[in-house]
Parts: sequence; C-alpha cells; structure tokens
Amino acid sequence: MIRLDNTSGGAVAAAIAAERHRMGSAATGMVLSLLILSDEEYQADATAAAVNAARQHPMRIVTLIPRPSRNEPRLDAEIAVGGDDGPGEVAVLRLRGQLAEHANSVAIPLLLADTPVVAFWPAEGPDVPSEDPIGRHAQRRITDCATADDIVRELARRKEGYRPGDTDLAWTRLTPWRSALASVLDRPAGAMSGATVSAEEANPSALLLVSWLSHSLRVPVELVASDGPGITEARLSTGEGDIVVSRSNGSTALLSRPGIPDSRIALPRRDLAALLSEELRRLDPDEVYGDVITHLELP
Amino acid sequence: MSPHRHAAPSGNPLRNPLDQRLPRVAGPCGIVLFGVTGDLSRKKVMPAIYDLANRGLLPPGFGLVGFARRDWEDQDFAQIVHDSVREHARTPFREEVWRQLAEGIRFVAGDIADPEAYLRLKGVVEELDASRGTGGNHAFYLSIPPGLFPPVLEHLKTSGLAEDRPDAWRRVVIEKPFGHDLASAEELNRIVDDVFVPGSVFRIDHYLGKETVQNILAVRFANTMFEPLWNSNYVDNVQITMAEDIGIGGRAGYYDGIGAARDVIQNHLLQLLALTAMEEPLSFAADDVRIEKEKALRAVVLPRELGKHTSRGQYANGWQGGIPVLGYLEEEGIDPQSATETYAAIRVDVDNRRWAGVPFYLRTGKRLGRRVTEVAVVFKRAPHLPFAKTAVQELSNNALVFRIQPDEGITVRFGSKVPNTTSVQVRDVTMDFEYGESFVDSSPEAYERLILDVLLGDPPLFPRHQEVELGWEILDPVLDYWAAHGQPDQYVSGGWGPQSSYEMVARDGRTWRRP
Ligand SMILES: NC(=O)c1ccc[n+]([C@@H]2O[C@H](COP(=O)([O-])OP(=O)(O)OC[C@H]3O[C@@H](n4cnc5c(N)ncnc54)[C@H](OP(=O)(O)O)[C@@H]3O)[C@@H](O)[C@H]2O)c1
Repeated sequence: MIRLDNTSGGAVAAAIAAERHRMGSAATGMVLSLLILSDEEYQADATAAAVNAARQHPMRIVTLIPRPSRNEPRLDAEIAVGGDDGPGEVAVLRLRGQLAEHANSVAIPLLLADTPVVAFWPAEGPDVPSEDPIGRHAQRRITDCATADDIVRELARRKEGYRPGDTDLAWTRLTPWRSALASVLDRPAGAMSGATVSAEEANPSALLLVSWLSHSLRVPVELVASDGPGITEARLSTGEGDIVVSRSNGSTALLSRPGIPDSRIALPRRDLAALLSEELRRLDPDEVYGDVITHLELP
Repeated sequence: MSPHRHAAPSGNPLRNPLDQRLPRVAGPCGIVLFGVTGDLSRKKVMPAIYDLANRGLLPPGFGLVGFARRDWEDQDFAQIVHDSVREHARTPFREEVWRQLAEGIRFVAGDIADPEAYLRLKGVVEELDASRGTGGNHAFYLSIPPGLFPPVLEHLKTSGLAEDRPDAWRRVVIEKPFGHDLASAEELNRIVDDVFVPGSVFRIDHYLGKETVQNILAVRFANTMFEPLWNSNYVDNVQITMAEDIGIGGRAGYYDGIGAARDVIQNHLLQLLALTAMEEPLSFAADDVRIEKEKALRAVVLPRELGKHTSRGQYANGWQGGIPVLGYLEEEGIDPQSATETYAAIRVDVDNRRWAGVPFYLRTGKRLGRRVTEVAVVFKRAPHLPFAKTAVQELSNNALVFRIQPDEGITVRFGSKVPNTTSVQVRDVTMDFEYGESFVDSSPEAYERLILDVLLGDPPLFPRHQEVELGWEILDPVLDYWAAHGQPDQYVSGGWGPQSSYEMVARDGRTWRRP
C-alpha cells in the first residue's frame, strides 16, 4: 500500500504505472475499470469484495470517497498493485473539501484506455445512474437496493431512473433462485395457476422475484412475509399440485414436486465478491432486469 | 415484458433466451458410470460431476449410478465418490452440494458379462426416474477398457436400456482410444452405431474441451488481424507439439504396442491441425464445424517418402530435470525388444489452395524437455529487409503460438528495435497474452465442459466417427511403414527428440521451435 497525500488523479495514475514497472510486470490483461462511489461506511467492504472479484476479472479498482467539508480541496490516495491480493490494481481516493463534488475529474485520468468502465454504488446510488457524472463513463452501473432504509422507495427510484445498462445487486442475489426454479420447470409441469413467494420483510429481491415470476408465467403471484433469512419459499401452483422450493436455513433448499419424493438443492446466499463477479461477467445491458424493474409493481 | 421475449425454445416459461444470468443447466437426467474403480473415473469424471453440481449446473434430482464387480451398497459407492471428490475436485467442497449429489447416488453390483446385472441396472434407472425425476434421460459413461465395449453395448441393447424414446434420451460416452487402426475403428464404430444413433454417441477427446483449443476458433474467426495472413502466402510452416516430460509411468500395459502416434497424433494433434487449417464454418453449430474439420482432414496428404519426413524414437535412460530416469526398454512391464515408439513426428501437407506448400509438422513424445502443448504458426520472413545484414541477424521468423497447456494463452513473436543502440538493431521480442490473466478462475476442467455438453446434448466438441476414421486413414500408412522398418531411434531423456527428427525438418530447410 502506497500513500500519496495531497495529490492529483494524474499523479495517482503515474504512481500505479511506476509501481507496475518496478514489479517487472506490464499492466496487461486488465479487462475493465471499476469505479466505486461510496461513503466511509461502505467503502472498505466494497473495495475488498472488488479486489476479490478481480481474481476472476482483472481490473483497476478506483474507490472514490467524497469527504465534503469547508477545508481546502485536497485529494489523498492509497494505491496497491498486484501481489498476494490478486492481479488487480486498487486506488482508494479521499476527496476532501469542494473536491468531493468533482469526483469525475479525479476519475477520468485513472480510467484504463479502451476498456469498459463499470460504476458501483454499494450504498445509496444516484436517482438516474446513467446521468450521474461518474455513471456517465460506465456502460454498466450497479446499485444495491438492499442497503436502503426504505427499500420500496429505493426500488421506485431504480424503476424511475432505469436506463439500459443499470443493474442492482438485489437482482443479482436472485440468480440461484431463478436458476433453480427454471431447472425445476425443465421438467414439464401442468398448467400454472398461481405462485407465492415468501420472504422476510423489506427484501427487495423478493419483490423482483415476484415481478419476474408474474411476467414470465403470466399468473398472479403473491408475496407473503416470513421470518427469513432472505427469501424462504417459492411455490408454483400447477394443475397437478404445488411445486415448492423452500429454504429456511439460507443454504440448502428442499424441492417438493407432485408425485416425486422430495430432493435437496444447494441454494447458498452469496457474499458481495461473488455477486460482483457475476455482475462483471457480462457488460451488455441486462434486458431481463430491465423488463422486471420497469414492470415492477410496488406496494 | 414484451410478448416476443417469451419465445422460450424449450417451452419452459422461465427460460428466456435474453437472460444473461441463468446458466445452461442440464435438464432432468442421470449418468450411469461403468469403471467406477478406474483411474479416469476417480480422477476426472466423478470430480467433474461434483464441480458441475457445485456450479449449479446439474438438475435438481440428478442421479449417478455406479456399476462395478464389487460387493458394495449404495453408501459404499457414495464413499468412493466422496473420497474422489475430496481429493480431486477443482472447486471447494461444500457439504450442502455434496448432500444434494449424494441423494441421487446408486450402485449396481455385477459383472459386465452378466445379463442379470443389466436387468438390475434397468430397475435402478427406473427407480431414479420415479424417485428423483430423472425423466428417463440417462447417459452411459464407459470408463472401461475398449475391449469391454462390445459386451457392454450388447447388453445395454438387449436389456432395452439403450432405447431412445421420443420424450427421453439415452446417450453413450466413450473414451479414446477409438481403435488402433482404421479397420478396428470401423469395427468399433459399427458396434456403437448399432446400439446408439450417431447423435447420441459422445467420443471424449478431452483436448477439445479445453478453453484454449476452442479459443483457436475464436481468435481465427472473431478477429480481422489474423485471418488475412492465414495461408501459404504468409505462413511458412505450422508446428503442432504435444510434449510430456514424464515417461509411461504405470501404464505399460496400455502403452506398449500402442505408442505415441496412435495415442496422440491420431486424435489430439490431427484435431488441432483441423482447427488450425479449416475454413470458416457457416456457424458454430456442431454440424457446420464438423463439416469444415472433415474437409481439412480429407485434404491432408502424407509425403511420398515416409522415411525422410517422419521420425520416431524411444527414450533412453538419462537425466531429466536433474533426476535419473530409466529408458523405455528398461521400464517395468515393457518387452526389451519392443518397437513401440514414445516419440513420433510426421510431416503432412494440407492439399488445398490455402495451404499448398506449407508443411504441417506434428510431433509428440514422452520424456521430452518439458510438458507443453502448442500450435505454432511460423510466418515467412519479410521478402525484403531494408536494414544492414548485421542489424537483422537476431531476427527470425514471426510466429503466432497458441499455448494449449500449461500457461494457456497466445504468444506473438516479432522483430523490434533494440533500445540504446546507435545503429538500428532488430531482435525478436515476444508479446504474451496469458489466458488466465484476463479470464482467471473461469476456466473449468475440460471434463466438466464435456460432461455438461453430453447432458445438454450439445455435440460440437465431440469428434464424430468420420473424423476418427479419417485420422486413421492418415496415420495407417505411417504405422505400416514404421512396422516394416525396424526399431525406433533412441533419444536422450529430457531433450527434444531423436536426431532423425531434426534431420527430417532440416531436409525441408526448417527447424523445430524449442517450445
Ligand atoms: N486414465 C486416463 O487418463 C485416460 C485418458 C484417456 C482415455 N482413457 C480411457 O478411459 C477408459 C478407462 O481408463 P482408466 O485409466 O480409468 O482405466 P483403469 O484404471 O484400468 O480402469 C478400468 C476400469 O474398468 C474396470 N474393468 C476392467 N476390466 C473389467 C471387467 N472384465 N469387468 C468389469 N470391469 C472391468 C475396472 O474395474 P475393476 O476395478 O473391477 O478391475 C476399472 O474400474 C479406458 O478406455 C481408457 O483407454 C483413460
């Protein structure tokens, strides 16, 4: 970890290049630049998760932490390149004074040439991510509704502000559930008449699951409160009986189908690094998320 | 959601072709594994099945049936699988995944020659359909010596286990060697095709499951930079190498009488040649790729004088990487008079407009300098060099190298000015793209990829019987020639092959790359 106090975006970029050179390795193979915009509370976890995800997606991670104050504008940086933590490059930048409002000017010289840019707001994101000064650089903009105090309001903002290229980690968290349910329906089931999702309260993923199921299956889908953790059950009602995937322990689900003895499905909850890795696998717009968020019906 | 997005080809309303996130998960199915006590099953197949489960790519209710001449219960077999997974799986062991897999594990004790055993197997498969919802879809994985294929296939047929139904598939997976010459390959294909339709036969060439092999096609056909040079105007020669640093180890019984050419050139190297030389396929659908590969293989011709353009050898005792090693003829279980080659190199030409006059050199051997597999496309020298002769003395041919293993990636070699010299001085430099650097961790084992493709019924990575037979058509004359011409040359362990291999390329005015 190298500290650069009272520095500039260009100087940070030069310091990263110099460090690479000193280690005898060229900065090849980087596939993207990730801009993380966060307050102090969330920055450490988000950066650590990104460093972890960089094992799968070698990238430059730039964490921008606005620290508005009346003091002189000033940029302080910590950088780390390669090494035991994985192949990525990390710059954690504190933007003090008025500079806090000009994160964009710091980010520009730090973007890798000719590679995709992804923006990530681990806590509260902007109203319209694609119009945010940082978000504008990015072809993929990641928010996380689950960190909001009022998740219904937050989902409404995501819905209002949605532009292709936006995604939300509440959606990413659903992938194992969606994959399990889709696999179950690879076996032809009778005509579907309805579905129920049970989840602990204020779980944004559950609302997205309801929206996805109702639009894909074209049946009414009900949301029921449970003790959690997270989503605990998805029940599909068919002419032949109910197909139920239920998970009460957050890791293994039980699958019940009419006429077949129950079986288990591994359905673990994943950490932030795994979610980010999934998120970075594809950088083109996630159209299915687009449909789900724009058609989301909020309570 | 707009209505046209609902066109899920499978008829499953939750599968949307636009969905980037949902992985391709195998439909309801099971695998019946023969040869569960063998090396391949324990080291590759069972761990790959677990890794697939761990990645969420197996269907809920997946079934795994083991078949062996052991007095085991289901739990005993489960323990074997467990141990093999613990020791060899690529992904971390997770109790919940293991439990999911273990629920579907069954064992059938029986002899391969015993018809009763297959009726029991049939009963177990039907039980799985009922208790796990495997839906009648089963793949029979024959991880057994090829000599046992005929009785197994025969019994699968007579017991009705091999029967496809319109709503349920039955597939068979077989491992190389696919025969030892054209006649035996045709015989084997006849036996297999008699029981399973060609689209249900999956021949595993694990090389084709490697990401880097598939990357040859991606690099060639997704870019504009390479394809214009991919012909005899620019390419001087192509060198395809698969070198091992180990000897035959404990596989004397398998290896003696087979040899390097049958073991490696007939399948792996000719497949690599086909991918390197083939024309652009209409699409990446299995049939389109296969047609182009077959065309390339059909265009392959051998040199008229085989003695001058081939080389074979046996490793002699010596030192390898600082360790004393035995010669082939001294290895345990090897006939001291054996004429089996442990090194084989051949020149072939691809007789079409694109490749006329470009030699393709294929070589493989054991106890060579290091373990490496690569395809090197060596370009012609620039027709004119506007430099002083001394300035380009250190410049050799440009080359593009697909490194298949280890250090998977691509190397480009070209000339560049040496810095800080007063006059222009040009030297070879290499530019490396390391596959693992841009796509770390994402690279599954070849067996995971292939087993999943078997379960999905997606065959582009599996050679069809035509390709297998073409391989033998190419190789048989060489094998016959060698059989009639005495012993292989001895070569020093730890080097790059016998003297005759150097002479064979020198005759064409070329040299081997040191891989
Ligand atoms: N190992 C590799 O890396 C590799 C690579 C490519 C291709 N292959 C091919 O894969 C297949 C399996 O290879 P392997 O290395 O696993 O062989 P292996 O270690 O010799 O195992 C052979 C298996 O076949 C069973 N078997 C042999 N004779 C039998 C008989 N008369 N009745 C019933 N079962 C019998 C053995 O069971 P018992 O324990 O009861 O004898 C054992 O489970 C072969 O076709 C081989 O050519 C292997």
